[in-house]
Amino acid sequence: MFPSKFNYYAPQTIEDALNLLEKYADEAKILAGGQSLTILMKFRLVRPGYIIDINRIKSLEYIRKEGNELKIGALTRISDILESELINKEYPIIIDAAKTIADPLVRNLATIGGNICHGDPGNDLPAVMMVLNARYKIQSLNGVRYVQASEFNIDSFTVDLKPNEMLTEIIIPNLDNFSGASYIKVKRKDGDFAAAAVASYLSIDQNDKIKDVRIGLTSLGSKPFLVKIDVNFIGSKASDDVFKQISTISYESANPVSDIRASAEFKKKLAKFLTFLSLKLSLSRIKGF
Amino acid sequence: MEKIHISLKVNGERKEADVEPRMLLVHFIRDVLKLTGTHIGCDTNNCGACTVVLNGKAIKSCSVFAVQADGSELITIEGLSKEGKMHPIQEAFVEKFGLQCGYCTPGIIMTAYWFLNKNKDPTEEEIKQAISGNLCRCTGYTKIIEAIKYATQKLKTSF
Ligand SMILES: Cc1cc2nc3c(=O)[nH]c(=O)nc-3n(C[C@H](O)[C@H](O)[C@H](O)COP(=O)(O)OP(=O)(O)OC[C@H]3O[C@@H](n4cnc5c(N)ncnc54)[C@H](O)[C@@H]3O)c2cc1C
Ligand code: FES
Ligand code: FES
Repeated sequence: MFPSKFNYYAPQTIEDALNLLEKYADEAKILAGGQSLTILMKFRLVRPGYIIDINRIKSLEYIRKEGNELKIGALTRISDILESELINKEYPIIIDAAKTIADPLVRNLATIGGNICHGDPGNDLPAVMMVLNARYKIQSLNGVRYVQASEFNIDSFTVDLKPNEMLTEIIIPNLDNFSGASYIKVKRKDGDFAAAAVASYLSIDQNDKIKDVRIGLTSLGSKPFLVKIDVNFIGSKASDDVFKQISTISYESANPVSDIRASAEFKKKLAKFLTFLSLKLSLSRIKGF
Repeated sequence: MEKIHISLKVNGERKEADVEPRMLLVHFIRDVLKLTGTHIGCDTNNCGACTVVLNGKAIKSCSVFAVQADGSELITIEGLSKEGKMHPIQEAFVEKFGLQCGYCTPGIIMTAYWFLNKNKDPTEEEIKQAISGNLCRCTGYTKIIEAIKYATQKLKTSF
């Protein structure tokens, strides 16, 4: 299979990439790991006139701590995330998700930025970023703006990015000693997208009372999303009983479609079950067991 | 849409060519360089038959454009044997019957080559994870895993 013809640019700096995006806007596509885009182009589902290959912008590949935040460059590969000591130690939830994305060969190229911007309801990192309260740094020639992860996904394959904009950095607040997070995914086999997956974040006080709780869902709607928890659990003790109540809210919020991976009803049940398991795991991570 | 000049090292030798931007790396390898050991299976980034090592990392060459490889170092299955002698991983596949039809084999060996370079003493689970992007329709994987295990021992004693 061959994609349609296109013009190719490989800018070396963010500045040059933004200039090209401004110039070709609607006709251009950013090429990151290419692990989604190139296949879509081969099927001719996408036919960009201009490809802006950002792989030569080395300043977009980094993982570093700055003050109270973790900053990850948009071009950072999933394989490098998996090998980061810092992320393994402090953000096991990101590892939970990253190690289930595709396979090692795909992960050697696929980037965190591509995983977030692609907008597939089955992409694993968006829900994780949502529960971690991450925000995205988005640049264009007009300047910089920041978008909360929970507001970035608009619909299936539609995210809050204009044609002249580029995601450059993912910014994640620190997890303190009283907060924990985890991601659990059910898939048919290694390398498959999620039938369903759940991210959870839990923060408690010295007496195990809940200070904050967030649940994010993957493959359980037209986009990855944060569950609206309308019952107030703040101040309740972090217990199986409360976790079950939150799991029921996940069940009700999930709105999946039946597909080759599972029926809609089964996926909803997974939402419930995985929410419970993920909350238990997040709690055990706070407690250190 | 103009052709773009690319220059890269392939199995240690400098190669140059003018390519259309839309030419995939796997087609460049097979049709331009005539290195047909790299196979095309699914053509959709799933099966790993097209696996090569680009700048030290195993990747699926049907998902990368040849222009992206400009300035890079590429190793294909043809680059593993030296002076007519097979690489220890290749020997291990022969000795342990790690293949039947052989279609997936170059891809799996390139994945193993990359992986064993990083992890000199993998567990069986780690080997299974490492080859999870390479599909084999014949062997049921048992013999492939045995071959890779055996290759780790061969690699330790081959220097
Ligand atoms: C066999 C297989 C299995 C997979 N399984 C999973 C899975 O289980 N879970 C999962 O989450 N993903 C999975 N994927 C998808 C994979 O993780 C994708 O590579 C990833 O979603 C996109 O990342 P990329 O860097 O390859 O982006 P690309 O393919 O290069 O780009 C994807 C889209 O994002 C845009 N884009 C990329 N970077 C930026 C940026 N910095 N700013 C603005 N726009 C940008 C591109 O223009 C394009 O529209 C799988 C892929 C394959 C081939
Ligand atoms: S041919 Fe490239 S992954 Fe199947
Ligand atoms: S040996 Fe035939 S596909 Fe693997």
